[in-house]
Amino acid sequence: MTEPRTVQAPDSSSRGSVVEPGALRGPQHGGFAALRPQQSHHADVPRRPAEPPAVGARGVRRALAAVLPSLVLVAVGLIAWQWFVTASGVRPQVLPSPLRVAEQGWAAREQIWANTLPTLQVTAVGFAVSLAIGWAVAIAIDFSPWLRRALTPLLVASQTLPIIAIAPLLIIWFGFGLLPKVVVIALVTFFPVAVGLIEGFASTPPAATNLLRSMGASRWQRFRLVRLPQAMPSFFTALRIGITYAVTGAIFAEYVGATAGLGIYMSLQKNSFRTDLVLAAVVVTAVLSVTLFALTFVVERLVIPWHRRA
Amino acid sequence: MAPARLTLDGLTKAYGDLPVLDDVSFEVGHGEFVAVVGPSGCGKSTLFDVVAGLEPPDGGRVLVDGIDVSGRTDAFAYMPQQDLLFPWRTVLDNTTLGLEVAGMRRREARERARPLFVEFGLAGFEGARPGELSGGMRQRAALLRTVVQERPVLLLDEPFGALDALTRADLQLWLSGVRARFDWTVVLVTHDIREAVFLADRVVVLGPRPTSVRQEVSVELPRPRDLSTITDPVFARAEAELLGALVR
Repeated sequence: MTEPRTVQAPDSSSRGSVVEPGALRGPQHGGFAALRPQQSHHADVPRRPAEPPAVGARGVRRALAAVLPSLVLVAVGLIAWQWFVTASGVRPQVLPSPLRVAEQGWAAREQIWANTLPTLQVTAVGFAVSLAIGWAVAIAIDFSPWLRRALTPLLVASQTLPIIAIAPLLIIWFGFGLLPKVVVIALVTFFPVAVGLIEGFASTPPAATNLLRSMGASRWQRFRLVRLPQAMPSFFTALRIGITYAVTGAIFAEYVGATAGLGIYMSLQKNSFRTDLVLAAVVVTAVLSVTLFALTFVVERLVIPWHRRA
Repeated sequence: MAPARLTLDGLTKAYGDLPVLDDVSFEVGHGEFVAVVGPSGCGKSTLFDVVAGLEPPDGGRVLVDGIDVSGRTDAFAYMPQQDLLFPWRTVLDNTTLGLEVAGMRRREARERARPLFVEFGLAGFEGARPGELSGGMRQRAALLRTVVQERPVLLLDEPFGALDALTRADLQLWLSGVRARFDWTVVLVTHDIREAVFLADRVVVLGPRPTSVRQEVSVELPRPRDLSTITDPVFARAEAELLGALVR
């Protein structure tokens, strides 16, 4: 499974590309750059409004510049791989060349696509269920100290379940349909979502709570007006971790038993020694994950446009 | 005689075994500006929390116009040390927060707050985000959010504490001027003696913890006050008297 750390790395790099254009200009001012914030503070002038979100040709170029290093790295890796396969004469059942993976994958594209849709569907349904549970649990915990004490150990315990041992049992209990896969995805993803929200709510400064109380705000008003928006940045970070787990969770659940999907497809191809098609399906999975991951940034910008500008 | 606007009557408060307030009593008249100074850690913020109704007193009462409002928040508009402007709201919608909490429709609340933007030097920034404002502007927006609630008493808790010296002086001058045009009853907590003398009609000096009122000093300086005020001999005398009371 993907580590949270590797999940967050693109986050911080793309954040840098959005927020730091001003900072990039700093060095041009030479030694004065360090003095500037102090000066503007003394003069007490309004801060320069943040740059509008990157759009148009400049935005595209900036986005390309951001992903260029990883593209170069991937290209180098592929060339080395191709060279190794050709030079060593290793059998394709053991290690197919990248060109062969691409060719065979393309030839099997209809089959792969037919298996991608069920995986996408399972991921979407499972993650939606997981989000619903995560939100419900987090809100309940935020409102009730008693529930916090009651649920927190259970939340942690749910993460110690060995999914690899539970998943086959789920198939036995619930069959080859949607339900066991939804359960697996919910089990692996609701925890980061719930924790992200709980910590987001709790990150509300006590002084803000007091301010709202001094205005006569009810507990519900404090939640709606401060704690909820306060938790949004933390929620979107959790969402990014969760969505990548959701795809791998779906693949894993299908691998154990399904009628269709990339997971069962990989399992079947492996059994017939079609390593090239297994790898082709892996590539599709990776593209799927990265696309969903990128989508969270779009949703974030739509839902909390204030965050990255602030 | 009509009751004072605000009366603190023998307030006591302890946190566990730690007594913080020990019989704090003073009065604030209608339209009066009273500053509260005291050594750091003496319990100024606790006193404010008790007066604002955020913490119940262990003993004593808080009266507004002679009515007991102990533990109630609705008589006070409270301005904390940090500006606490929320980035997800525009500046205008930050200033209407208290009105919205009180159940006013958003449109009505905006119409109430909008005319104050000129007086508070924020005209043109209604739709801006708090992050686009300077430190002084943020503090003025926070004060606007406080006064627009039209509560009987304003409680300002070191509102300029986090600002640099120039911005701070600028805001003190501005507050002195704007205060003359409104009929505000203000209690200001500060640890800046010069700020207390410059802004207040009367300064209440608190002793170290457990705190009680050690001395009250009237500031007999003419209004409106401006830069020439600080060179007035009366200013220097009041400052010296307060310093003497604090370090005694």
